[in-house]
Amino acid sequence: MSRRRACALFVLAVALLSYRLHAQSIVTYDRLLNAAKEPQNWLTYGGDYSSRRFSPLTQITPANVKSLGLAWMYQSPIAGSWQATPIVVDGIMYLTQRPNEVVALDAATGRAFWVYRHQNSPDLVVCCGSNNRGLAILGETLFMGTLDAHLVALDARSGRPIWKTAVAESGSGYSITVSPLVVKDKVIIGVGGGEYGIRGFIAAFDARTGKEAWRFYTVPAPGEPGHETWEACPPKSETYCDPEAWKHGGGSVWVTGSYDPDLNLTYWGTGNVGPDYAHEQRPGDNLYTASVVALDGDTGKLKWHYQFTPHDRYDYDSVQVPVLADINFRGALVKALMWANRNGNFYVLDRATGKFLLGKPFVRVNWMSGFDASGRPIQTPQPAGMPTYPAIQGGSNWYSPSFSTRTQLMYVSAWDEQGQLFGASPLEYQEGRNFTGGVNQPFVPMAGEPTKAIPGAPAIQGLIRGPINNWTDAAGHGAVLAIDPSTGEAKWKFNMIDVTDSGIVTTASDLLITGGREGYLHILDARNGSLLWKANLGAQVRQNPMTYAVNGKQYVAVIAGLSLTVFALP
Amino acid sequence: MRIPCSPGILLMIVCAGSPVLLARQNPTLQGHPEDYVRADIEYGARVFTEQCAACHGETGDGVAGVNLRSGKFKNAVTDPQLRTVITTGFPAAGMPAFTLTPSELTGLIAYLRNMNTFDRGSSMAGDSTRGRTIFDGKGACLSCHRVNNVGSRKAPDLSDIGANRSAGSLERSLRDPSRQMFPINRPVHIVTRDGKVINGRRLNEDTFTIQLADEEGRLISVSRADLREYRVSTTSTMPSYEKELSAQELADVVSFLLSLKGQ
Ligand code: HEC
Ligand code: HEC
Repeated sequence: MSRRRACALFVLAVALLSYRLHAQSIVTYDRLLNAAKEPQNWLTYGGDYSSRRFSPLTQITPANVKSLGLAWMYQSPIAGSWQATPIVVDGIMYLTQRPNEVVALDAATGRAFWVYRHQNSPDLVVCCGSNNRGLAILGETLFMGTLDAHLVALDARSGRPIWKTAVAESGSGYSITVSPLVVKDKVIIGVGGGEYGIRGFIAAFDARTGKEAWRFYTVPAPGEPGHETWEACPPKSETYCDPEAWKHGGGSVWVTGSYDPDLNLTYWGTGNVGPDYAHEQRPGDNLYTASVVALDGDTGKLKWHYQFTPHDRYDYDSVQVPVLADINFRGALVKALMWANRNGNFYVLDRATGKFLLGKPFVRVNWMSGFDASGRPIQTPQPAGMPTYPAIQGGSNWYSPSFSTRTQLMYVSAWDEQGQLFGASPLEYQEGRNFTGGVNQPFVPMAGEPTKAIPGAPAIQGLIRGPINNWTDAAGHGAVLAIDPSTGEAKWKFNMIDVTDSGIVTTASDLLITGGREGYLHILDARNGSLLWKANLGAQVRQNPMTYAVNGKQYVAVIAGLSLTVFALP
Repeated sequence: MRIPCSPGILLMIVCAGSPVLLARQNPTLQGHPEDYVRADIEYGARVFTEQCAACHGETGDGVAGVNLRSGKFKNAVTDPQLRTVITTGFPAAGMPAFTLTPSELTGLIAYLRNMNTFDRGSSMAGDSTRGRTIFDGKGACLSCHRVNNVGSRKAPDLSDIGANRSAGSLERSLRDPSRQMFPINRPVHIVTRDGKVINGRRLNEDTFTIQLADEEGRLISVSRADLREYRVSTTSTMPSYEKELSAQELADVVSFLLSLKGQ
């Protein structure tokens, strides 16, 4: 075959392929249900409804991973923490960038098709920067939540808005940073604002019209079940007590939930109670904050809940991604929901009933000493001046873990050995004002005197780190843990000097792909934690790396700093 | 979804000396006078005279309706809030926003919390000129440290130490260096696979590499995979000046260190 003919054939093949792509790129609910069957795509925040972040792709293997090289890069024009996970549909990558922009890229070359810019209202208040974690898709419509608490639907071909729905009042502290979840014909989102005394909720919207279909408040009103956990103030209270604490009780929702189509239940984690630290003014367990709630996929009705941190006073948001898998647990096949919580415990629940099956610390924990028979933590608040473990950022946080169906291990990005001094000071709620109620300080222990802090010693930076680590692992360190869900024990641990805000993706070729604050992209062997390959990306990874394929070529995508970097084999 | 911790807050961890103190120590830093260190209060008193007394008066009651001496404030309960009050001011009411170093803020707050009982007469005000003489002479600080391009490179450069470290922590560095030593400054001892020995201090560290300065201040980067030995000591190589210098001399050196604010 002459070179020219080969070339012509190739062009024809590509043309046919792209024609097929075109016809395919309507993402039906059926495709979402069967997302695992199209491993080249990444159709939801968590990869599929189980949120396992397990990719069946096998082109990149432990044997050839060393040949990975740069495929392309895309740079965000706007500086700041870039937390988005892209979705990929038939060769096109859809991605949010700060503050609320959407860009459609050719997933093979990184060249852009269109950019959409949402104009945020100037009155918005957000605690932690212009974060957005990504998009959802149904049909040919993309969905994005905005900082000013709108839900926007866009035409995936043009980036033009189809509808916009005002979800909540941004001036009062409500915002949306979560990547939405499509279930059937509805788009589900939750609201952020846990530092502003919002009353959190999860709500579903008709994908075609944007009309609200249902709403579940994460803080129940008087008369609703669960409200009794917002106990009445004692008649004579020496300290300030807020008789209407539930009205600004927090329970924000800022990380995407999961969905079990067989049980028709969608699972969501809820954030901290408001105020974060001044806990005496809100007596009771404060349901459904710091909990997982299982809601009916059609109506949003609560089927069950489990509260990880009753009466939280440490800002231990339960905003981790619920990971669903059927696992062998003590000799039986269990419909499990696995959860590595900010409070430092790894949990296994029965996702049909919410029954507590296992809870075990995966990092140093001293705010509780164990569980009672019902799975309620036995709390051990530390005396004033003594450090609490884990620290405010928790044992893990919002970045996604992964579960490999091959190794049957749950992989978690963890922060270990970091302590915090927590302090509460009562405060009255004021609309739109910071509602945390206290001061907390990171704790760097003196060598050999673990309960004494080194005065003034640099501690792990809260949000964005520069190129220097001058706190060192004495202030706490990061790790990737491979937890066996049947025991809660770590099978292996990959330690880092600094902590990590990177999610994890695993593949059917037993790769584990993750990053960290040091700016490396690590690829580990999922079976034993050994390092297979790394690349220095020069800025911290604060999102979930993912993998996809276009025209038979597998790519690994990761964001560090302002750069989305995509790797592939030569 | 709070992701907090401004570096300002980090500087305010108060060391608890004894179990009794521990129980008393309040992590909310709501101004219990005993939570603050003498050296910080004294430094704060000086900064107050320079920056605040023109309006508030030395006795703190110079502005109508404001009594700083009470140690309680209308606009701030916790120390971080007090910091915000000082750094944002009340431009409309006539108090400008102040740009101050972390050490100055730590000092001011310690002073404001103790203004009521602080006795200027008995205070051991350090003298920075005398401090400099000790620093250059008797203390032999330059045999290890470097200031404004003069001195040894063995130990951290102190040219801007006065901007970044509170008076209290500087004093502790002189009295009890090992307990005050920041983890990054812990001395490291390295033996490479090919037998080279490096003693120095870390400048940066990650999971795979270490950047350090050796005793001559040369910049060295090593890969952990190439090391036979890597030890981090928790004992400072700096001598304690607790006995070497009198209390007055220590106050003088602290005062000199506080005057080092970089260029
Ligand atoms: C130019 C005059 C001026 C200077 C200089 C000044 N202040 Fe003030 N300060 C004021 C005024 C006026 C107010 C009252 C503002 C109001 O009531 O709204 C005030 C209020 C305050 C308050 C709030 C008191 C409360 O009860 O809430 C604090 C604290 C304070 N000042 C500290 C300082 C400190 C510390 C400095 C020096 C770094 C300083 N001020 C310098 C004019 C000044
Ligand atoms: C024998 C060498 C040596 C001498 C002499 C010495 N130092 Fe140090 N100093 C060090 C070393 C090494 C460190 C870093 C380890 C530590 O923090 O203890 C240090 C740390 C410090 C620090 C803390 C620096 C930081 O960034 O945290 C201060 C302040 C300091 N020295 C002041 C002095 C003063 C003032 C003198 C003289 C009175 C002095 N030193 C004499 C070796 C020395």
